[in-house]
Amino acid sequence: MANMSPKKVEMPIQPGNVRCHNFDEVTLGYTKEMAMEEASRCLHCPTKPCMNGCPVKVHIPDFIEQVAKGDFEEAYQIIHGTSSLPAVCGRVCPQETQCEKLCIRGIKHEPVAIGRLERFVADYHMHHGKEHAEAIASNHHKVAIIGSGPAGLTCAGDLANLGYEVTVFEALHVAGGVLVYGIPEFRLPKEIVRKEIEGLKNKGVKIETNMVIGRTITVDELFESGFEAIFIGSGAGLPNFMNMPGENLNGVYSANEFLTRCNLMKAYKEDGETPIQHAKKAVIVGGGNVAMDAARCAKRLGVDEVTIVYRRSMEELPARKEEVEHAMEEGIQFELLTNPIQVLGDENGWVSGIECVKMELGEADASGRRRPVEIKGSNFVKEIDCMIMAIGTSPNPLLRKTTDHLETNKWGCIVADENGATSREGVFAGGDAVTGAATVILAMGAGKTAAKSIDEYIRHKNS
Amino acid sequence: MYKILEKKCLNPTVTQMVVEAPAVAKKAHAGQFIILRVNEEGERIPLTIADYDREKGTITIIFQIVGATTMLLNEVREGESIADFVGPLGMPSHVEGFKKVCVIGGGVGCAIAYPTAKALHENGCEVTTIAGFRNKDLVILEDAFKDVSDSFYLVSDDGSTGTKGLVTDVLEELIQKGEQFDEVIAIGPLIMMKFVSLLTKKYDIKTVVSMNPIMIDGTGMCGGCRLTVGGETKFACVDGPDFDGHLVDFDEAMARGRTYQDFEKRKREAACNLLHKEVR
Repeated sequence: MANMSPKKVEMPIQPGNVRCHNFDEVTLGYTKEMAMEEASRCLHCPTKPCMNGCPVKVHIPDFIEQVAKGDFEEAYQIIHGTSSLPAVCGRVCPQETQCEKLCIRGIKHEPVAIGRLERFVADYHMHHGKEHAEAIASNHHKVAIIGSGPAGLTCAGDLANLGYEVTVFEALHVAGGVLVYGIPEFRLPKEIVRKEIEGLKNKGVKIETNMVIGRTITVDELFESGFEAIFIGSGAGLPNFMNMPGENLNGVYSANEFLTRCNLMKAYKEDGETPIQHAKKAVIVGGGNVAMDAARCAKRLGVDEVTIVYRRSMEELPARKEEVEHAMEEGIQFELLTNPIQVLGDENGWVSGIECVKMELGEADASGRRRPVEIKGSNFVKEIDCMIMAIGTSPNPLLRKTTDHLETNKWGCIVADENGATSREGVFAGGDAVTGAATVILAMGAGKTAAKSIDEYIRHKNS
Repeated sequence: MYKILEKKCLNPTVTQMVVEAPAVAKKAHAGQFIILRVNEEGERIPLTIADYDREKGTITIIFQIVGATTMLLNEVREGESIADFVGPLGMPSHVEGFKKVCVIGGGVGCAIAYPTAKALHENGCEVTTIAGFRNKDLVILEDAFKDVSDSFYLVSDDGSTGTKGLVTDVLEELIQKGEQFDEVIAIGPLIMMKFVSLLTKKYDIKTVVSMNPIMIDGTGMCGGCRLTVGGETKFACVDGPDFDGHLVDFDEAMARGRTYQDFEKRKREAACNLLHKEVR
């Protein structure tokens, strides 16, 4: 008989007023006992609805069954059978809109805490599991992966499992893409990303950092050097701005720059070599997960007053509910139905204020959301000394500019079919480079699909 | 790891290094830059490529010791390695199809002006070089410039070498004498590039400047290097680093360059103390 508790087993968490002063992980993870108790809430529905919500099709009820029994290593092997990055997914996947959304327990009460269980299992394995580096026999076919973010790493892992000789090319000095430069330490410790990547290397995946494809080496040259297929998982790294007056004043950052300085370059550390502004009053423009990350980093860097400015209302806020709640607990303020129209500066070129206008929600637009409309004459000025623009990113134009016959759409996204195939033979793509900015798990799903397509493509070509 | 094959002191504050980086050397062109990190904890800094040798697989960099990172870089000895070295980044300079170009270098900016002068010369262009320094002790690359220039003018702020004055004095004199330049290329401190651009605007001579703002990734990801060119925001790392000098908002660029000056001053002092202790 399943445990019929209506609520998930609570996961221990650092209190908001403590964690807003440190970069340690916010949530602390289940103990064995908590995990086994939560696992016993699963009803083991014969139709496994939860699996349909998972872009990488983790065998959810099967792994949960092993957790309930206390065989955590076996549970890990089940997850790892379809997911290359369980410790990452258990932390950053929006489970509430995926697997947990479809959980039968969630109809009346809280769904099974699939994400927390996945995280527990992955962490257990990192601490106790033995990496059986079973040597996979090489099939002597070479595949190049451009970008070492979630899409690229997943594609690399799946192809390595099939015996391909995979090389991942990364432009920065460390692998991980958005997992290392974007998502902050307190949501996803970098040591965890490093270990997941270490696991891929043990499978034989080669990672070459400091390689900017399109500059250091081109797609054509990769083919010439013997790679039979290429996967582009270069993400959406180009920051958008609003093109309003004053946006280039000192103290105005893109979220990418702010987060990269903080997370990748470790500017939050006392002795960090990379500078970052320690402001007093910061405004973050935007309402997505990136905006929450930037706001929470700013708070931890000691900014007294951190405010999210978003043009729609709380209901339309695109960030995960959990992230918004965590931000509020940490003292982040929300100025909703508000839109900035210009940035004001002082005589030394530093931002000193932001002029905003209040908005109200009008008719629904094409996306089905009610369109924000300016309220005339509602302008006001907020005094600030730092502003972070978190209004989205676009794919980097470098690859499309340097690769012939690679079709892109009007937003600069690479055009790929449902199997990840692009307009150019042998070139596959997936993740944010194709969809524009989305989530880690969707990128992983795309990487997985592309790996399957690349395998079929190479088999077909050589048959 | 990227090995330092040669290291040479060009003047008390400027060092030249030849770095083993075959993949970068294979693709490098004049006007492009690299980003390096000295060690695993280090910051990423951009440096323009001063020279390259495709056969030997080397890139030459020339840097002024201005902050903690360049100070640390200057401590790396021949035969030792640095952690990261990525490139070539940015768009190459346009060096083809010109008859006569005036290349202006200011201070350590001459290190960047030199490969451009050389590339122009190799493309059959007549090159006039004006190199300006604060004083005679700071002069670099004089002979190298002479080899690739049809005329070479040396100026110094204090008159201790060459003509006393500013690079703009020489340029204006040449223009007034009737010299016809297809283009002026100015590379050096922002204030110098600003005044060269103001002068050439007066005479309606196309002018290209090489911008070197603060950046992190160098691939278009952070937007920290943005500047206003002709009223539009551009990223120096992917749209530049060369821009039309008549369109660049130099005052904004100068303000942005000062963003971290307090931090940099503190770090430099800390690095000085550390190195001083090691010496003792």
